Amino acid sequence: MSIQLLIWNYFKAKKLNTGLNILLLSLGIAMITLVILFNNQLEEKMTNNSKGIDLVVGAKGSPLQLILCSVFHVDFPTGNIKLKEADRLAKHRLVKYAIPLALGDSYQGFRVLGTNRAYSSLYQAELASGDWWEKDLEVTLGSAVAQLTKLKLGDRFESAHGLTIDGHAHDENKYVVKGILKQSGTVIDNLILTTISSVWKVHAETSSDSTMQQLPTSPSLLVSSVEASDSVREITSLLIKYKNPIAAIQLPRFINTQTSMQAASPAFEMARLFTLLGVGADALMGFAYVLIFISGLSIFIALYNSLKERRYDMAIMRSMGASRGLLFKTIILEGSILTFIGASVGILLGHVVLGFFVFVMEEGQKMGLSAGVFYLEEGVILAGSVVLGIICSLLPAIQAYRVNIHNVLAGN
Amino acid sequence: MIATHGLTYRYHSKKGVLSNEIVFPDLAVERGESFLLLGNSGSGKTTLLHLLGGLLRPLSGKIEIEKIDIASLSETELDRMRGRQIGFVFQRNHLISALTVKNNLLMAPFLAGEKQHEERVDLVLDELGLGEKKNAMIFELSQGQAQRVAIARAIINKPSLILADEPTSALDDKNCDQVIELLNKVAMENNAALIVATHDHRLKSRLKNQITL
Repeated sequence: MSIQLLIWNYFKAKKLNTGLNILLLSLGIAMITLVILFNNQLEEKMTNNSKGIDLVVGAKGSPLQLILCSVFHVDFPTGNIKLKEADRLAKHRLVKYAIPLALGDSYQGFRVLGTNRAYSSLYQAELASGDWWEKDLEVTLGSAVAQLTKLKLGDRFESAHGLTIDGHAHDENKYVVKGILKQSGTVIDNLILTTISSVWKVHAETSSDSTMQQLPTSPSLLVSSVEASDSVREITSLLIKYKNPIAAIQLPRFINTQTSMQAASPAFEMARLFTLLGVGADALMGFAYVLIFISGLSIFIALYNSLKERRYDMAIMRSMGASRGLLFKTIILEGSILTFIGASVGILLGHVVLGFFVFVMEEGQKMGLSAGVFYLEEGVILAGSVVLGIICSLLPAIQAYRVNIHNVLAGN
Repeated sequence: MIATHGLTYRYHSKKGVLSNEIVFPDLAVERGESFLLLGNSGSGKTTLLHLLGGLLRPLSGKIEIEKIDIASLSETELDRMRGRQIGFVFQRNHLISALTVKNNLLMAPFLAGEKQHEERVDLVLDELGLGEKKNAMIFELSQGQAQRVAIARAIINKPSLILADEPTSALDDKNCDQVIELLNKVAMENNAALIVATHDHRLKSRLKNQITL
């Protein structure tokens, strides 16, 4: 015999009650775990995706939309900006580097992004096979794109307008897969990268094609295949890294007041978005805490009631030499083991649910969520649950400590 | 082995009013001897038994077990002494219903802080004719069987004193005979002192040393 075996047998003797208590607690804990997993991973992704981007410059409109579109690639562009204006901004003395983006098409829901190699080095992307895109209509696929569309090196495909699968197909110009990237855990996994002029080419009328054949005499800083003086070409947005902290104050104001473009800061817009999302997460957390409180109450009541039934057991145990402390310890252990099991099951359940979500829904995979990651908060939850168990069993344990052997055994 | 001198006890009633003092006659029981405490319900038999077992502290007087005044023992020492030296048998058998017969018996050495030998369990159960009930749950036992398990539990630590409180009053004549015989036998075999408190007159002829409270 041992205390553990005794407690285990008490659990077994009350299977339904024990099961209910564990279930109640684990549901609450699973909910909290899910919120933690979602929040942390989303935040991680967002920080990773906006790393190295201090400012996004695009056409006037919603700043949040500009960020969602240009950094996270989940929304539509606000419009276009003139390449000439973007060029001028890229040469600004407060700009460390500027990366041009040209959006418009997609393939099976994955966005075709016209940009230059600075973009892939921003995310430290590495090739898994093939080569980087170089010429027009050559593309390098993100790892998730290659996995889900089953495109291989050398495959040709035509993009569709917009972000939907059934958009108008640009079937005159086919892209060719030049390379595939390694998984990076960033937004680049979901992108099809190509040159900016490819995007123009796909959208251009066939007649204007001829002008692009000759090399420019003074090439544009952002897109070297066109003249710096070109006043027709447009791009969607510009990702900017500041040269120094002063730029954070001067540059956005300069862009918003002196040009026809708008500047939006990813950090600021994300903070804004998170305050909005936070309300939902808080509500879910609140509900989870209610569940946990109820389960705590239920465990307390179960222990308290079983104590009435077990008064004889306790008195007998005392008559066999058990000390008061041992009875106290037994009840405390019983409560904390129960909550520990409940919390462990709950945390596991949270991960399983997320794993299921990622497995079943393509969105989950696209977001790059992972069920296999554990956070420090989960350890805190586990420890907190044990504390909850101790609190719930404290009063019953004190009663066990004070059980009057003589009165119980004499039947008074 | 056990001796009392001028033992008195006073109950606390619920409202805090003190009731009359009970004065117990002195008694002395040696190892291998058996002793019957007769008396009607309410005469203080159970109280005396609990005083002897250290479950209650007396108002005055002295209890010596193996020449040690148990009043001088701390609560922990008393717990340990009770676990190692004394085996209790109660009227209602008070087995732990969540445990099997075997684990009920193993509770005794566990709580007394002694080594748990399963062979000892087998030996005691076989002796009491309960060999095949080793892994049974408590609710599967008849009342007579349950009382024999309680006796087995009382003697598993080879106590020097067995205290039995109404061990037979819930049993029919046949089981009553069996149980008192067993108690006598196991007390004898373990060279333990046996004190039985009862109002059951069927036992009068079975134990020769007796006092009436």
